[in-house]
Amino acid sequence: MHDLTAITPLGGQTPVVETIGPITLTEVTDRALASVTARQGRLTEAAQVLETVLGAALPDTQRCIDQPLGAFWAAPDQWMIEAPISSHEDLAHQLMAAANGTFSVTEQTDAWCRFDLAGDGLADLFERLCPAPVRAFQGGEAVRSTIDHLGCFVICRTPTRISVLGPRSSAGSLHHALITAMRSVY
Amino acid sequence: MTMPNRLNGGLIDRSKVMNFTFDGRRYTGFSGDTLASALLANDVRLMGRSFKYHRPRGVMTAGSEEPNALVELRDGARKEPNTRATTAELFDGLTAQSQNRWPSLKWDMMAVNDRFSNFLSAGFYYKTFMWPAPFWEKVYEPIIRKAAGLGSLAHDPDPDCYDKGFLHCDILIIGAGPAGLAAALTAGQSGAQVILADEDYVLGGRLNSESFALGDDRGADWAARTVARLQDMPNVRVMPRSTVIGAFDHGIYGVVERVSDHLAVPAPGKPRQILWRVYSKRAILAAGATERPIVFENNDRPGVMLASAMRAYANRWAVTASHKVAVFTNNDDGHRTAQDLMVKGIKPVVIDTRSDAPDSNGYEVLAGATVRDTQGRLGLTSVSVALADGSERQLDVGALGVSGGWNPNVHLTCHQRGRPEWREDISAFVPGGHLPDGMIPAGAAQGVLSTHGALQAGRVAAETALGDLSIQVSTTPLPQAEDAPVNITPFWHVQGAKRAWVDQQNDVTAKDVKLAHQENFVSVEHLKRYTTLGMATDQGKTSNMPGLAIMAEVAGKSIPQVGTTMFRPPYTPTAMGVLAGRSRDHDFRPVRKTPSHVWAEEQGATFVEVGNWLRAQWFPRPGETHWRQSVDREVLQTRKSVGVCDVTTLGKIDVQGTDAAAFLNMIYANGFAKLAVGKTRYGLMLREDGIAMDDGTAARLAEDHFVVTTTTANAVPVYRHMEFVRQCLVPDMDVQLISTTEAWAQFAVAGPNARNLLRKVVDAEFDISNQGFPFMACGEITVCGGLRARLFRISFSGELAYEIAVPTRYGDAMIRKLMEAGQEFDVVAYGTEALGVMRIEKGHAAGNELNGTTTALNLGMGRMVSKKKDSIGSTLSERPGLNETDALKLVGFKPVNADDPVPAGAHLMTKGAPVDAAHDQGYVTSACYSPNLGCHIGIGYLKSGDMRLGETVRLVSPLTGIDHEVEVVSAHFVDPEGDRLRA
Repeated sequence: MHDLTAITPLGGQTPVVETIGPITLTEVTDRALASVTARQGRLTEAAQVLETVLGAALPDTQRCIDQPLGAFWAAPDQWMIEAPISSHEDLAHQLMAAANGTFSVTEQTDAWCRFDLAGDGLADLFERLCPAPVRAFQGGEAVRSTIDHLGCFVICRTPTRISVLGPRSSAGSLHHALITAMRSVY
Repeated sequence: MTMPNRLNGGLIDRSKVMNFTFDGRRYTGFSGDTLASALLANDVRLMGRSFKYHRPRGVMTAGSEEPNALVELRDGARKEPNTRATTAELFDGLTAQSQNRWPSLKWDMMAVNDRFSNFLSAGFYYKTFMWPAPFWEKVYEPIIRKAAGLGSLAHDPDPDCYDKGFLHCDILIIGAGPAGLAAALTAGQSGAQVILADEDYVLGGRLNSESFALGDDRGADWAARTVARLQDMPNVRVMPRSTVIGAFDHGIYGVVERVSDHLAVPAPGKPRQILWRVYSKRAILAAGATERPIVFENNDRPGVMLASAMRAYANRWAVTASHKVAVFTNNDDGHRTAQDLMVKGIKPVVIDTRSDAPDSNGYEVLAGATVRDTQGRLGLTSVSVALADGSERQLDVGALGVSGGWNPNVHLTCHQRGRPEWREDISAFVPGGHLPDGMIPAGAAQGVLSTHGALQAGRVAAETALGDLSIQVSTTPLPQAEDAPVNITPFWHVQGAKRAWVDQQNDVTAKDVKLAHQENFVSVEHLKRYTTLGMATDQGKTSNMPGLAIMAEVAGKSIPQVGTTMFRPPYTPTAMGVLAGRSRDHDFRPVRKTPSHVWAEEQGATFVEVGNWLRAQWFPRPGETHWRQSVDREVLQTRKSVGVCDVTTLGKIDVQGTDAAAFLNMIYANGFAKLAVGKTRYGLMLREDGIAMDDGTAARLAEDHFVVTTTTANAVPVYRHMEFVRQCLVPDMDVQLISTTEAWAQFAVAGPNARNLLRKVVDAEFDISNQGFPFMACGEITVCGGLRARLFRISFSGELAYEIAVPTRYGDAMIRKLMEAGQEFDVVAYGTEALGVMRIEKGHAAGNELNGTTTALNLGMGRMVSKKKDSIGSTLSERPGLNETDALKLVGFKPVNADDPVPAGAHLMTKGAPVDAAHDQGYVTSACYSPNLGCHIGIGYLKSGDMRLGETVRLVSPLTGIDHEVEVVSAHFVDPEGDRLRA
């Protein structure tokens, strides 16, 4: 076991949690991420392999699944797979082992920072943040959008819980944008 | 608390008294007032001075089309110039100042301009200030700018914040007058997602300004009840104080919501305004219509206003500009004003241009008459009327309502170059041509000018939109309302007038329009620019039509033949702050921080912006007073022992797939197909046109897996380029790309002790000896007892060097570990300055050399462009112009006198030759002080540079006064053979 200590995207030792009005923002650091992209002409096989790994079919375009492992659509023939870091610290290599040449895998755990926003009235907040039609979300949506100039994934787990994944190096700016909007709305 | 001009009734709350000041004088008004209505109530008609002639002006309208009553609202940093008093909602404590006058509104020195009006006609400055030419910028323009103009800025940063937001709906309804409300009721009742936006703070449009009934209700009461009903519908979003400022592509509209403008100060953290981007499937334009004036002599005195505004002030705000009133009209609508004033106890005289003007009982009608002139220095005192029989009559009045007919508000229908169409029966332009996709005009905006017609048109528009969206229509009953036909005889201006104002905000007269025609500015667009007609902040909402009509008359054309100028967003003046939103000051753009940022801050590093990244520039130590001391130390210590630098910012692109190698062979000018697994290669990318695009390395981690690195600045452009190639040029290749720049914290470890240092962190099972892990090797390893990492033996500094990458969350721990483990080697952290010095000493190209004009040949890498394969840019790099015999070549420069600087950007000249562009020999691209050589050095491009090593050339920088000699040397100042990096 190595002796290095991880820091959070915001630079702290522990994730930030803040509540403003009805919304609680949580910096999420316990999820591993890896992208999977079907190899040319092997989408069906890749989907079958990944269905076995995930325990569920890959989500459709602009959709996500949350159980038992998470997955959300990222681009044509590309998905992000989510898993607990505690059990899947090296998620990418675990997926590679299963790929058998049907898809490519790239570690993405630390490419992103993630903030979960939970509570009632998320649509009021998100309409100040990004063009995603959050008011119509019912859970299960995953869209790529822009928040404060940052390319982000907006993932609606349930109508009262939305994850925002943004570039890790700009975690501070993204956090500032989210908090500013929360204060503006509530 | 006397308000001598306050009438009875109105939609104001008399229990809420508002105190305010105008030009320092205290007044009172009521909740529901605008600044304009409150000033009128206090018998203040004079509210501003005109732009050019500084003529006294008062309100002309009761809405956002106002050209005259512009004030500086609020004070201090919140002062906002050019605010229309007619839309400024009164709040307790409001302060306003008149503008464009000195020393006071009543005694304005610049009013002398009015005396010289003969010299100041349209285009006067083009004709007058011709000579001497240099005087224009230095003398004439500053004087003109000082003399002309509107309000002044606060000169302090805006203390308020502004939000941006995004809304989605089935149907956006623009305007909440009778048509908009009927449309909203129909669409809302049918279950569509509806947004109803109106610029006013009380919804209802003209219903609030008229006296007639809707069914059994007053119009205003029906509007209020309907709005309340709509607000109760969960699928309807009612947005008062929200102006739709522009119609953009694909049903997108810009809406500015004035959240806090009616408050003294916004609540903490809350925005002053929000710029909404509304995504609509259909939009119903129910923006109403604007009354237009008639042009006559001295038609701009305070007290002269639109008849509809006069009626609105009386009905909605219970205010009259004077108790002695006349109305000048060419249509029946003017009589409506007279009737409403009668009800309020004012007995007007109506001057009707039509000889068949309708009779009235109760007020006098002068049929076939026109207003010949007006009198009154700071406000209207009387009008001279030319009667039908040729005689003249003087009417002592303090207010004159003018009605020249109504113009549908077609503006938003034209934002995508649509042109309106002329309708003879109402003498007005109506929406026509190609409307923005999904837009349906309704009501007065469509030219349907009766209330009954507007209600029906609103419903029909909603039904059309619902049908388009396959939403079942649920009809809702609408009340009975007046359905008077439009009865108008066009009458645009009174003949023979000399000082008759067409555009009151820009001081354009009927004479100016005629002058423009006389001087051959006959196109309507030229007319606009020559006279500035319609170019003021009101965009000519009340002036364009009279201007076109006068132009048509002098040109002998019809109005539709003259046509309209282009309508452009924004519909009404928009604060720059709301366009910027939160993107200002520190939040102007996002910041990217490196994994070692926290640690670098602890070390007191100086940071530099590189794109959005903040990178450590150098790490000052106690006693170092100049940045060069820090940088020199970092360079010397790295070359002597070992240094560590965070290089995470370099782009990293994961390239996988069975065709990954073939793909890189296509992307890079040099060959990659045969690169062995576990090896890294330097690569040069060309653009399609053969110019160098970016350079970097590609490491082959597996047969079907590469990691490409790019320069920091080009990380995104290169990734975009590679995606373009993958998706568009070689879609059949089996290649997958994804950025991993942020996923890995990467550190350069450079210097003779680099390996010794790394041995202390790399787990023992990995052989990193020179033999086991030679120059350009790469591999996946573990560090610190099992953390997966990647190691690359590449060198930018020219030293024995590695780059080590760990998952980003461990970057902070990794640099701490490296610095701790390196203590025995006196390790230093080095920043971008030392990085730059070492790469210049080594002669490595960077962004300065890859500057978008240079080729592989210029870089001395001509042979790298492999002709054994096809690659992007390879063919076009063979263009003769890029391969001339005296082509620029990358070389180094050392000053002949060791103390002389070698500044980047300086040009090179052959000794003895003239110093001019024709004899230019090249230029220095990168320069630094080399602590290893003890002098300044530079690299750059010199014609046939590779053949001129040893020659002395002149280094010239006329801008900085530099002119001295430098010796042309190899760009590789340090370790030209590369022994160190292979050690």
